Amino acid sequence: MPESIFGSTLSELSRIAAEAGLPTFAAKQLSDWLYRKNAVSFQDMLNIPLRSRQWLSERYSIDAPGPVKATESQDGTRKYLFPAKQGGFVEAAWIPEGKRATLCLSVQVGCKMGCLFCMTGKQGFQSNLSPGEILNQYRSLPERDTVTNIVYMGMGEPMDNLLNVLASLDVLCSSDGYGLSPSRVTVSTVGLIPAMKEFLERSRCHLAVSMHSPFEEERRRLMPVENVYPLKEVLSVLRERPLARQRRVSFEYVMFRGVNDSDRHAREVAKILNGIRCRVNLIPFHPIPGTPLAPAPRETIEHFQQELKRRGILTTIRQSRGLDISAACGMLSTRELVRLGGEQE
Amino acid sequence: MVVVENFRLASTAISRNEEVAPGIRLLTFPRRGDFIPGQTLALTTDQTIPARYYSIASGRDETSIEILYDVVPGGMLTPRLARLRPGDTVFVSEAFGSFADDEGSSVWIAAGTGVAPFVSMARSGMLAGKALVHGSRTLGGLYLRSYFSSMLRERYVPCCSSETAGGVFFGRTTAWLAGTTLSATNRYLLCGSSRMVVDVRDILIAQGVYFDRIVAEIYF
Repeated sequence: MPESIFGSTLSELSRIAAEAGLPTFAAKQLSDWLYRKNAVSFQDMLNIPLRSRQWLSERYSIDAPGPVKATESQDGTRKYLFPAKQGGFVEAAWIPEGKRATLCLSVQVGCKMGCLFCMTGKQGFQSNLSPGEILNQYRSLPERDTVTNIVYMGMGEPMDNLLNVLASLDVLCSSDGYGLSPSRVTVSTVGLIPAMKEFLERSRCHLAVSMHSPFEEERRRLMPVENVYPLKEVLSVLRERPLARQRRVSFEYVMFRGVNDSDRHAREVAKILNGIRCRVNLIPFHPIPGTPLAPAPRETIEHFQQELKRRGILTTIRQSRGLDISAACGMLSTRELVRLGGEQE
Repeated sequence: MVVVENFRLASTAISRNEEVAPGIRLLTFPRRGDFIPGQTLALTTDQTIPARYYSIASGRDETSIEILYDVVPGGMLTPRLARLRPGDTVFVSEAFGSFADDEGSSVWIAAGTGVAPFVSMARSGMLAGKALVHGSRTLGGLYLRSYFSSMLRERYVPCCSSETAGGVFFGRTTAWLAGTTLSATNRYLLCGSSRMVVDVRDILIAQGVYFDRIVAEIYF
C-alpha cells in the first residue's frame, strides 16, 4: 500500500519533490494542494507536471478518510469516530461555544498511561497515530472552517507520540500548512519530562499539564506516571523554562468527590504553583463504567475555584459538554470496539 | 556523558547479555550509584536511538545492575540490544522513579518482564509479608519461578496462559485474581503493560479493594 503523503511537513515534501525530479518550489505547491485546497488526488494538482503527478500517484496516496460515525449532543457538541490505519478508532470532538469552536484531537489509539479515571486507558495501547492521521481529524471535520482552537486532549498521551505530534503541529501552524496561530493550539501531557522538555524547545503551542492532585502519594494512585515523573519535577522543569509571554501553561484538575476537592488540596495547589505563570482548569468528572471515583458537586468545585483565586491563581471551571454522547474521552471508541467485537463473535 | 532526548546518559560496558527464556533476555552491567528497589533507568545502545525505560532487577547490595527485556521484533532498540556482546557499550541514566514498597504486607502482581522490580525487592531482602502473582504466556517466561517457589511457597502464584505445569495456574493472571477472594486491606503493587495494569486494577476494585491501596508501574 503506498505511503500517505498527507501530513508531510514542508521539509518532507521538499525531499519528495526532489525525488520526483521537481524544482524546489514544488514542495510549496504540494503543500498548497494538500493543506489549502484539500486535494484528494494527485491528478487535481494541475500546476504539477503530468508525468510527476503520475510518479507521485504510483508511490504515494492522499489518505484522508472521513469519520465513520458522528453523534451530536443536545448542547451542540459533536463527537466523530475516525478509523485508524492499524486498527481501532479514535475520537475527535467539536465543541462550539459562542463565537469559538474548539476541536479536541486524539494522538494514539488507546493509551499507555493507565490513569484511574480515564476510559481510553481501558483499551490499553494499540498504536500511535501518524501526523496525517492526527491532522485528518481536522481536515475531515465537517465543521473545519468554524474551528478557532485546537486542543490535543483526546485519546492518547501526546508526549508519548512526540515526533508525530510535532510534525502535525508543524503542518497545523506553518504558513505553508493550515496557518493556525500556535496561540490557538494547546497540547496536553501527564508530564513525561524528557518529551515535555523537547516539546517546550521545539514548539510554540500552549502546554496543559494534568495535575489532578498536588500530593505525591495521591497522584500516584490516580496516575501511575507519578512513579516515574513526579509532579514536583515537572514543575521544576517549568520553573527552569519560563514560557514566552504569548505562551501559556495550564494545569488540568479533574475534581473527584472526597478525593482531591478539599481546602487542603486547594492550599497545596496554590503553594506548589507559586512562581509559575499559569492557570488552573477545574474539570467536572464524567464518570466511566466501574470507576471508584465520583464527581465533586458543583458547589465544591466553585468553592475550590474561589480558594485558588483567593491565593492568586487564575482558575477556570470547564463546562461539561456532550454528557449525553459519551463525553468522557475514549467512551465512544471503546463502545464501537465492543460493538464490533460482538458482531464478529 | 551524553544527552539523548534530554536524558543524561553515561556509557558503560556490558558484562552479560543472555537469553533466560525464549524472547526474554537479561542484560548486566556495572552499577554506578545507589538505587531503591523498584526504580527504573533509561537505556539505549547509541545516541540515535531513543532511550527506553527498564526496571532494575538486581538487589540494592549487588555490584551489578541487571535488567530484563523482551526482544520486540522490528523494534528500534531491543533487537540491537540483543546483538550486544560482553564489552559492548550501552548508555544508561541514573536510577529514578518511586515505585517502591515498604515493610508491610503486600501483593505483587506482574506480567512477563514486569516481575523485574519485584525481583529487585526480593533480592534486597524484602520478601517478608509479600505474595507474588506472576503471569506469563509461556512457562519459560516465568523468570525465577523456582527461586520464588522456594522463597514464597504458597504465596507465589505463577500463572501461564498457554502451557500447563504442576503448581502453575493455567490461565491469565486476571482469571486467577477474578476467582480468588482478595484482602481489601492489603497493598497491591502492579507492574506490566498498561492493559494488564488497567485490567488487574479493575478486578481489584470490583473485589472491594479501595484504589488507594493500589500502586501501578506501567511500561511506557
